Amino acid sequence: MPQINSSEALEKFRQELLTKNDADTPCISICAGAGCIASGAGEVITAFKAEIEKQGLQAGVNTKETGCPGFCERGPVVVIYPEEICYLQVKPEDVAEIVTKTIKEKKVVERLVYCDSLTAEKAPLESDIPFYKNQKRNLLGSNIKIDPKSIEDYLVLDGYSALSKVLTQMSAESVVEEIKLSNLRGRGGGGFPAGRKWEGTRNAPEPVKYVIVNADEGDPGAFMDRALLEGNPHSILEGLIIGAYAIGSHEGFIYVRQEYPLAVENINLAIIQAQEYGFLGKNILGSGFDFKVSVHQGAGAFVCGESTALMTAIEGRVGEPRPKYIRSNIKGLWDKPSVLNNVETWANVPLIINKGAEWFTQFGTEGSSGTKIFALVGKINNTGLVEVPMGITLRDIIYKIGGGIPDGKKFKAVQTGGPSGGCIPESLLDLAVDFDELSKAGSMMGSGGMIVMDEDTCMVDVARYFMEFLADESCGKCVPCREGTRQMLKILTNITEGRGKEGDIELLEELSEVAKEAALCALGKSAPNSFLSTLRYFRDEYEAHIKDKRCPALSCKELINFYIDPEKCQACGACLKKCPADAIIGGKKLIHIVDQDKCTKCGTCFEVCPTKFSAVTKLSGEPVPAPVPEAERTVVKKDKK
Amino acid sequence: MDNDRIDQIIDKHHGAASSLIQVMLEIQSEHHWLPKESLKRVSQKLQVPLTQILHIATFYKAFSLVPKGRHQVHVCVGTACHVRGASRILDTLQELIKIKPGETDLDLNYSLETVNCVGCCALGPVMEIDGKTYGKMTPTETIDILKNYD
Repeated sequence: MPQINSSEALEKFRQELLTKNDADTPCISICAGAGCIASGAGEVITAFKAEIEKQGLQAGVNTKETGCPGFCERGPVVVIYPEEICYLQVKPEDVAEIVTKTIKEKKVVERLVYCDSLTAEKAPLESDIPFYKNQKRNLLGSNIKIDPKSIEDYLVLDGYSALSKVLTQMSAESVVEEIKLSNLRGRGGGGFPAGRKWEGTRNAPEPVKYVIVNADEGDPGAFMDRALLEGNPHSILEGLIIGAYAIGSHEGFIYVRQEYPLAVENINLAIIQAQEYGFLGKNILGSGFDFKVSVHQGAGAFVCGESTALMTAIEGRVGEPRPKYIRSNIKGLWDKPSVLNNVETWANVPLIINKGAEWFTQFGTEGSSGTKIFALVGKINNTGLVEVPMGITLRDIIYKIGGGIPDGKKFKAVQTGGPSGGCIPESLLDLAVDFDELSKAGSMMGSGGMIVMDEDTCMVDVARYFMEFLADESCGKCVPCREGTRQMLKILTNITEGRGKEGDIELLEELSEVAKEAALCALGKSAPNSFLSTLRYFRDEYEAHIKDKRCPALSCKELINFYIDPEKCQACGACLKKCPADAIIGGKKLIHIVDQDKCTKCGTCFEVCPTKFSAVTKLSGEPVPAPVPEAERTVVKKDKK
Repeated sequence: MDNDRIDQIIDKHHGAASSLIQVMLEIQSEHHWLPKESLKRVSQKLQVPLTQILHIATFYKAFSLVPKGRHQVHVCVGTACHVRGASRILDTLQELIKIKPGETDLDLNYSLETVNCVGCCALGPVMEIDGKTYGKMTPTETIDILKNYD
C-alpha cells in the first residue's frame, strides 16, 4: 500500500474502495465482541465459513467479524447485509439454514428474528427492534459494519475524512473553537468541557505537549470503552490525531488496561495500519504535521483511571495521584501540558468535525450535548450497551430500551456512575439523564455504568460492596481515603452481618464528610457517595438491619435463614439432591427440613424447589420455627381436586 | 526464566527506565509470575532500584511474586454479577478448593482470583477458568464445571 500523501489522494482511494466493494454483495456480519464470544460466537463464525465453502459461495459472499453492536442479551448477533436482517441467539446448527434461505433464496428465517415478548410481533430488520429503535447510535452504529482489523472498512465509512478536513481546511484554533462550540464534555465521568481543556493546553507556553487516551476503564459493570476500542479503533485514533493537531502536540499515548487483550491487539494493529497509510508519522497527508502514538498497558489498578495517576503510570512508576493545584493540561505527563480524554470523548471528535458543532448540539440537553453510551446491566431484560441522547429519562432507558425487570420482579433502584456514583430510587425514574441532573440526585454520570436493581437487592449490601471495592483499590497515599474507606467498610460490614449498633449511621456520615473534604483525588472524595445516596433514599433498610437485625431484601447471608414450610413440602427430593452442604434432612414421603447448623445459605434449595410447591422460604428478623417431629413428617398427598 | 529472554524483552522496549511496567508485564505474561532473579536482572539492566520494582510489583494487581496454579479460576465480582449473586459462586469455590481469592493451593492446581467486570454482564454471574467463560452460574453448576479441571 503506497502512503496516501494528500487529501485528494485519500478521496481517490476512497472512491476506488467504494467501487470495489459492491454494496449489493451479501455480507454476513457476526459480532465477535466479548459478550457474544462468551455466548459461542466463535463456533458460529467457524460454522459460517465452513458452510459458505461447502455451498461454494466464497466468491459472492463476504463474512465479517465485527465489534459489539450492544445487544449482548441476545448474542451471538448476526446481521445480513444489504437487507440488514438481524438474527439473534444464533447457534452453529442454524448456520446452514441461514445461508440457504437468506443468502441464496433471500428469505427470512422467522424463528431467529426478534420477537416481542408481549405483542408477539416480529422485527426482522435491525432498525425495527425496540432495543435499537429507541437509541441514537452515532458512535455504536458503525460497530456492526466494520471489521476492526481492516482500515479499509473504516475508510469506506468516511474514515479519516475529518482528519483530512482539519489538516487542509482548518486552523488549529478553529478546531479548538469547533469543539468548544459543540460543548463536548468529558465522557469518562468528570464532565469537564473538552474544548476548554484543549484551549488551556494549546495556550500553555511549553513547546512539548502530549495527548492521551484514557482507556483504563475500571468501573465494574461498564464496558463501553472496550466496545469502541475493540470495535472501531480507528475512530479513536482519528479523534486523537485531530486533538494533537489542535493543541500542537506531536506525541500521544493510549493507556489501555491489560485486562482487555483484544482491545490492545486491535488498537496496536490500527496504529500500524494508520502508519502504513500515512495517517500517522511524518508529514501526515502532506500537511507538514507530524504525530506518533504508542500504547501503554495498565497493570491492574483502578486508581490509574484518575488522570494524574495515569500519567505517573505511563512514566513507569507507581500510579498514585497528585494534588491538582496545577491542572494536568498545564503540567501533566513528564511535567508537560497534556490533554487526557476518555475513549468515548475522542471517538466523538471526528463526528463533530465532519458534521459540525451545530449537528452535535441538536442531541442532548443545553448543559450536556450529544449522546452517551451506557452499559445497561444487572436485573434487566435486555442487558447491553445503549447509546442515547442526553436528557432521556431513566424510565425510557430501563423500560423502552431495556425491556423492564425480569421475572415480574419490582424495580428498586438504578445505580449510575460506578463506585463513585450513587443509587437512584423509583420515585426519580423520570429524571432526565445528563451530567447535572444526576449530580443533583446525589449520583453522577461516571463512565456510564447503569446497574438496575430489583426488590431482591439489599441497598446496604450495595453500599458495602462499593466500599469494599474502593477500600481495596485505594492507593494508600492519603489518610482520609486509606483509613476512611477501611473504617467505613468495617462498619458497613458489621451492619450487613447483624452487628450494627446505634450510632453507626452517624459515625458513617462523619467519616463521609471527612473523606469528601480531605481526600487527595476523586476516588477518595467520591468514595462515600454510594453510602450517602443509599442512606438518603433507603434509610429504612439501614434501620431494619441495625435495630431489627433484619434484611428487608432477604439478601444478607448472616441475617437470613432458609426454611422449608412443612405445609407446602411434598418431599419431591429436589433440594435434598442438590444441596452442596448435605444440610437437608428428609426422605421418601418425609417432609424435608433444613439443618440450620450445616446450612451454608447458598440458596440452592430455594432455587430448585418447584414453583408449584414453593416450599422453601427465606426468613429474616424472626426465629426459625422448630422442625416438625419425625412422627408427623409423613407427607399427606394433597387432594388433586 | 533465563537472562537472555529478559534482555530481549528489555531491548524491545529500548531499555528505557519508563518502560519498566511494560517489561514487567511481558515477563508476567510469559512466565505467569515474577521470580526474584528475573527482577534483579531487570533492576540491573534498567538501572532502577529493586525496591522500586517491588513497590510496583506489589501495587499493581497484574503482578504475582509467587508461582500460580495450573488452572486459573477467575470469578467476576463486577456490580452486575454481584447483584446477580456472584458471592454465592465465590463462596462455593472457596469451599471446594479451600483457598481464598488471591491464593494458590498447595498442590499448585488452582489459583483463585476475583476480577472486576469481564464485560459479559448479560451472562452474569460469570466465572472464567483458563480463559474460558462460563455464564449464568449457580452453585451446583460451579461444582460440576470445576470437576472437569481436576
